[in-house]
Amino acid sequence: MHPPAGPAASPGPAAPPAGAELLRWQWQEVQVPCLVAAWILVASLAKIVFHLSRKVTSVVPESCLLILLGLGLGGIVLAVAKKAKYQLEPNMFFLFLLPPIVLDSGYFMPSRLFFDNIGAILTYAVVGTLWNSFTTGTALWGLHQAGLMDPGVEAGLMDFLLFGSLISAVDPVAVLAVFEEVHVNETLFIIVFGESLLNDAVTVVLYKVFNSFVELGPAHIHATDYVKGVASFFLVSLGGTAVGLLFAFLLALITRFTKRVRIIEPLFVFLLAYVAYLAAEMVSLSAILAVTFCGICCKKYVEANISQKSRTTVKYTMKTLASSSETIIFMFLGMSAVDTSKWAWDTALVLGTLLFILLFRAVGVVLQTYVLNRFRLIPLDRIDQVVMSYGGLRGAVAFALVILLDRDKVKAKDYFVATTIVVVFFTVIVQGLTIKPLVTWLKVKRSDHHKPTLNEELHEHAFDHILAAVEDIVGHHGYHYWRDKWEQFDKKYLSQLLMRKSAYRLRDEIWDVYYKLNIRDAISFVDQGGHVLSAAKLALPSMPSRTSMSESSVTNLLRESGSGACLDLQVIDTVRSRRDKEDAAMHHVLRGSLYKPRRRYKASYSRHFISPDKQERQDKEIFRQNMKRRLETFKSTKHNICSSKSKARLKEKGRKKKDISLTSDAPNGRTHRGVPWQEAAPVLVMVSSEEEESDSSETEREDDEGIVFIARATDEVLQGKATPGSLDVCPSPCIIPPSPTLAEKELPWKGDQADLAVYVSSETTKIVPVDMQKAWNQSISSLESIASPPGIETGPQHRRFACPVLEEQPQSASQAMPEQISCFQFPSHVSKSGRSLSDSSPDGVEQQELQPLMASEEQGRALPPAEPRRLMFSRASHI
Amino acid sequence: MGSRASTLLRDEEIEEIKKETGFSHSQITRLYSRFTSLDKGENGTLSREDFQRIPELAINPLGDRIINAFFPEGEDQVNFRGFMRTLAHFRPIEDNEKSKDQNGPEPLNSRSNKLHFAFRLYDLDKDDKISRDELLQVLRMMVGVNISDEQLGSIADRTIQEADQDGDSAISFAEFVKVLEKVDVEQKMSIRFLH
Repeated sequence: MHPPAGPAASPGPAAPPAGAELLRWQWQEVQVPCLVAAWILVASLAKIVFHLSRKVTSVVPESCLLILLGLGLGGIVLAVAKKAKYQLEPNMFFLFLLPPIVLDSGYFMPSRLFFDNIGAILTYAVVGTLWNSFTTGTALWGLHQAGLMDPGVEAGLMDFLLFGSLISAVDPVAVLAVFEEVHVNETLFIIVFGESLLNDAVTVVLYKVFNSFVELGPAHIHATDYVKGVASFFLVSLGGTAVGLLFAFLLALITRFTKRVRIIEPLFVFLLAYVAYLAAEMVSLSAILAVTFCGICCKKYVEANISQKSRTTVKYTMKTLASSSETIIFMFLGMSAVDTSKWAWDTALVLGTLLFILLFRAVGVVLQTYVLNRFRLIPLDRIDQVVMSYGGLRGAVAFALVILLDRDKVKAKDYFVATTIVVVFFTVIVQGLTIKPLVTWLKVKRSDHHKPTLNEELHEHAFDHILAAVEDIVGHHGYHYWRDKWEQFDKKYLSQLLMRKSAYRLRDEIWDVYYKLNIRDAISFVDQGGHVLSAAKLALPSMPSRTSMSESSVTNLLRESGSGACLDLQVIDTVRSRRDKEDAAMHHVLRGSLYKPRRRYKASYSRHFISPDKQERQDKEIFRQNMKRRLETFKSTKHNICSSKSKARLKEKGRKKKDISLTSDAPNGRTHRGVPWQEAAPVLVMVSSEEEESDSSETEREDDEGIVFIARATDEVLQGKATPGSLDVCPSPCIIPPSPTLAEKELPWKGDQADLAVYVSSETTKIVPVDMQKAWNQSISSLESIASPPGIETGPQHRRFACPVLEEQPQSASQAMPEQISCFQFPSHVSKSGRSLSDSSPDGVEQQELQPLMASEEQGRALPPAEPRRLMFSRASHI
Repeated sequence: MGSRASTLLRDEEIEEIKKETGFSHSQITRLYSRFTSLDKGENGTLSREDFQRIPELAINPLGDRIINAFFPEGEDQVNFRGFMRTLAHFRPIEDNEKSKDQNGPEPLNSRSNKLHFAFRLYDLDKDDKISRDELLQVLRMMVGVNISDEQLGSIADRTIQEADQDGDSAISFAEFVKVLEKVDVEQKMSIRFLH
């Protein structure tokens, strides 16, 4: 049922006898990493097994299942090895398992929500934890004094207070594991979760103070020790926070300078956060606070500095690490419970603890909420309080702390261990199981995970300004006043210092939301569009038509979205007229479905990976089509070698002819198409105006290719959506605003010919779609895969470089078609004249910079052998 | 009606304000002292200049709009009643107010009134519609200079497109309310007035 424990379960056999040997059993050398890997594998596989059944996981939280699995595995280990092995070691827990979870929760903490509720969170974390510790400890001591406990429990007041301090802290791991599945409203979640994170400082201090008191013995405790205890609380919490802030600052600063080493950007995030944790741990400050605040504070700047790909990497790596840590923690918790040698059961202690932690938490929450509600805008109602009381789960932190106790000093350690295990199991399993029905039953306000809208962002921004202004008018320096102050400070100094100049300049929250929305739309449209396009190869006539609506908001928006962060505006801009779009679509179809000679695939290594599969498919397809064709009594003789695609080809040919006939209109078409450049130029220039920026622009563009591609594709599809049914004209070539030369040049370019430069340059705007579509068709259906394939890489760069080519090598261009070139060139300059006239010179500079790159790129592209047929075909179309 | 700056508020006036705005007695007196301290002309009313003297307001991107919201149509003086009436929009909604909603006029701090206050900041020409231009103006105030006009325009376009339901390329108040229906306006448009 469960994946076998494998090597982990079996003890390593001794090395085989000496002498000449072919292979040597080296278990000893690899034992530790192998065990680690094996356990992670077991836990991960278990997760898969759990999620095979939706029914089970919707009722039972994963943490419960993992604990139960741990119990089972622990039992097996115990049975096989005759002793309990593989326990949750406190060191392992604190040094390796906990940091990823805390970092993840800090980094992805909704900071606005967190700071909006910081008062409540801090109250519950500090006052609540203190209250819980003292009341639980004292009550248990009272129970002991009353003689209800087994006399074997040798413990004084200090021991019980120590136990109270470790058992009373709400555990972030357990809370997160359970609450993430419950989906209560954000405020409630942030309060419970924030409390569980921030109470670490209190827990650590109380634990250490009481531990030292126990070690000293009650007789040797002086009044100064209590003062020291209080002082150490402030030191530990504020110190931990300070360490976190310091490393957040460092991290942000470092990522500002990583533009040339994008590949290690994510590493810095993890490394510095981990160092922050270790540093805080080293000087016995609150490491959890350090990492939490490091994560919360660095995020804004780091996200602005690192590339899109790095952001994705950071996100997924963090989630992966955190989730596997959590899995392992719960599994090992279960396994650790099996070790009866640590157990000493005392019913009164166990039941008393369970009762007291539940009772005192509820009382504490009610009391604190009563006070807090006097200060809160939106009071926490009774239902919230119930969930908060009931959501106080204990977890691995308590367990690790109790294991750390010194048996010589704390005589009742075994009892405490047993009690802690029971408490943890009870809270995680019983409360974890019942909290979902409870939340449903109480009709707790759930979080509605709706997508953010631009309106909400914009108006909430306005609200913030309004509130800050009203506070100013009222003369009351409240929360909004300070938030406003902080934002101004951040904008004036911090962001300037910690953000890359390009990122800082383009940074605006409203813009960010807008940008993200566009990307999201783009992704969804690409997802849909991918199928639409590939499935409807021949359904082109029904492709959504571009009409006057093409200037409507959506298109504009999408186009503009390109200008924000990615510089490849042209991509989006290309699709201005229906004509263009159709051409592009046609090219996609052709590109994607024309069969290619095999050697094409050998042109680059990475493509090689895809080729076998693709070739196989292609062979099959050709075979099938051939058969079909024969069956249908293929009658035309004008289909030549490539006739398997005859339909599409025919169509294309027909179009070409019409296009040619319209060549005289080319200038018009050009002017139209020149417009896009207008938008493109300023952005390019703006970025390149600074030395640093020209670099970053390059890297950023590279990084953002995925987006570029998306945005473009979306544009196309979105257009279709935006104008549903509007002027659903059959897009036959003659109706379309003519820009015939474009269409002609597409094919030549596509053919990868050696004398490509001309075509490329004049047809820059077309290239991307084609190229991207190719990459798309090759392997992609999801975003992740979109970002990776090498096929994309060439597209945007190529297109971008193409522009310089056009303008700087007119002579080579003129060889092919002088008048078209000139008319193309003209508008692109003219169009710049308006807003960006002054920008044109830096633009030129950049072009020069890029020239060598372009050339090599050009050569690289020219290298793959041309396809004679296509070459001829395209040539023909020129004439 | 106009209270002298130097004199204290009369009790009946406080009662009236209390009834209208829902502020407590101590809040009213506290705000009255703030009012008088802002009133440099000492004539019982505030002018735009009085507001503009508040330093933080000068750097608030929406400062002027918010100041304008205090002044009734066409007037450039606001008395204490008007001052309080505007501030009452930002009073948090209390539990006991939720229940007695049905009878009597809608309290100034209702969700709808809060939203309407925000709406009026956009709607300069008071045609109950936020047009693209009006939205652009506010956007221009709120976003940094680094965002180009085109980008702003596209943001405005998308914002309108998102909210627009009747296809008039403008946001009516109904559409404004609809698009913010998931926002916790009660919290996000309230401040805590000291008791």
